[in-house]
Amino acid sequence: MFDFLDKYDVLGAFWTTVQLTLLSAAGSLIWGTLLASMRVGPVPLMRGFGTAYVNIVRNIPLTVIILFASLGLNQTLGVNLGSDKVDTTNFRLAVLGLILYTSAFVCEAIRAGINTVPVGQAEAARAIGLSFTQVLGLIVLPQAFRAAVVPLANVLIALTKNTTVAAAIGVAEAALLMKEMVENEAQLLAISAVIAFGFCCLTLPTGLILGWVGKKVAVKR
Amino acid sequence: MKLRKVTAASAVVLALTVTATACGGDKKDEGGSSGGGKKITIGIKFDQPGIGQKTPQGYAGFDVDVATYVAGKLGYKPNQIEWRESKSADRETMLQRGDVDFIAASYSITPERQQKVDFAGPYLLAHQDVLLRADDNTIKSPADLNKKKLCSVTGSTSAQNVKDKLAPKAQLQQYPTYSACLTGLQSKAIDALTTDDSILAGYAAQSQFKGKFKLGGFKMTNENYGIGIKKGSDLKAKINKALEEMVSDGSWQKAVDKNFGPAGYKNEPAPKIGDIKS
Repeated sequence: MFDFLDKYDVLGAFWTTVQLTLLSAAGSLIWGTLLASMRVGPVPLMRGFGTAYVNIVRNIPLTVIILFASLGLNQTLGVNLGSDKVDTTNFRLAVLGLILYTSAFVCEAIRAGINTVPVGQAEAARAIGLSFTQVLGLIVLPQAFRAAVVPLANVLIALTKNTTVAAAIGVAEAALLMKEMVENEAQLLAISAVIAFGFCCLTLPTGLILGWVGKKVAVKR
Repeated sequence: MKLRKVTAASAVVLALTVTATACGGDKKDEGGSSGGGKKITIGIKFDQPGIGQKTPQGYAGFDVDVATYVAGKLGYKPNQIEWRESKSADRETMLQRGDVDFIAASYSITPERQQKVDFAGPYLLAHQDVLLRADDNTIKSPADLNKKKLCSVTGSTSAQNVKDKLAPKAQLQQYPTYSACLTGLQSKAIDALTTDDSILAGYAAQSQFKGKFKLGGFKMTNENYGIGIKKGSDLKAKINKALEEMVSDGSWQKAVDKNFGPAGYKNEPAPKIGDIKS
């Protein structure tokens, strides 16, 4: 039943999925943290920008964002992100789209983490003369991240599965391989089972490990 | 007061959910009644101009004409036909479950698929070809494609053929639909769109693209379009007979001219039943 697998590079496709996930995770963690800082910051303009960004981007379907990156930025405006190879450009466009989308969720997870830090801590920090960046960087964010590990793990798992949308612009990851196999083999159930199993192998350990880490680093109050 | 609002809101949500589910249920029932003998359910593509397309005026395309003719010979009037969308990945499953009586949806006969379903026909011999901008004279043979950017539908046989056999050095962009490829082809981000010439001819023949694109005419593979039926179904002999009649009474040629004519597509003569060119 599964002998068709020999003809395909299943591991290679999942490796692309992993690469997409890790790069987008790193990017959206940075951009998401900046967004969260804006949303709790003292400057009204930045607060407004952060709020608008999160509310707009998280309500646009990911497929639309990724397709726009390819059809709009690349095909129409000629942005190729520093590569003249179609495959590399598509991979980078997909990472860009995933970062823009996922950072909205990362921002909200971190903001939820910030809300677990008692107000007194920020007030005390200000009282001893720390600036806003110092309050955030030294006092609030370190505690917020500890509380945000588990919600961030959820975002990471969702991100792992969201990478399949990159198949829409032709990035050779697991979902695209699945389409190829379905086209050739006429074995929908077996193929779906293989791909679903592959994703479980990626996401189950993520959830378990980060769940354990989250418990370990949580601030006991 | 607040509690009341919440209750009312949940009631609305619940009502909506129930209606939505009810709609889904209705559709399914319609499908089930196709076995009653009054109606015939046929799977076609809804999004391929020239082959099978859902338009505001109804369904149009070569597959639709063939299916209507075959259904006519089986004793169903056009108003007794229920059209279903059969996407490439769903075709075998739809036949095995009996959701449709037969499928005419640019369905190439391949050994892998023959293990799952039976095929009547073939009724059209198509070839993988390229669609180029009308003013592009740099691509004269399939070998020229190696330096170019090609586009095709994600995971499709045509896309895999490019990577594996036809032009391994070409750069391949994959999109969910052919229409998305056309955006890039027009803006010169892509040099050629590749798939079966019958499908390409359908796109080139659309009124908004007339004169903008041309077919390469390379005949890179053979695609034998057959009518898919459930394994072991007795429809096969009847459909084959209907297809033979369609060719001999001239309706086949008429359907080809009507759907592919405007693109300057030189069709192959009607294939003999059971003659599968590899």
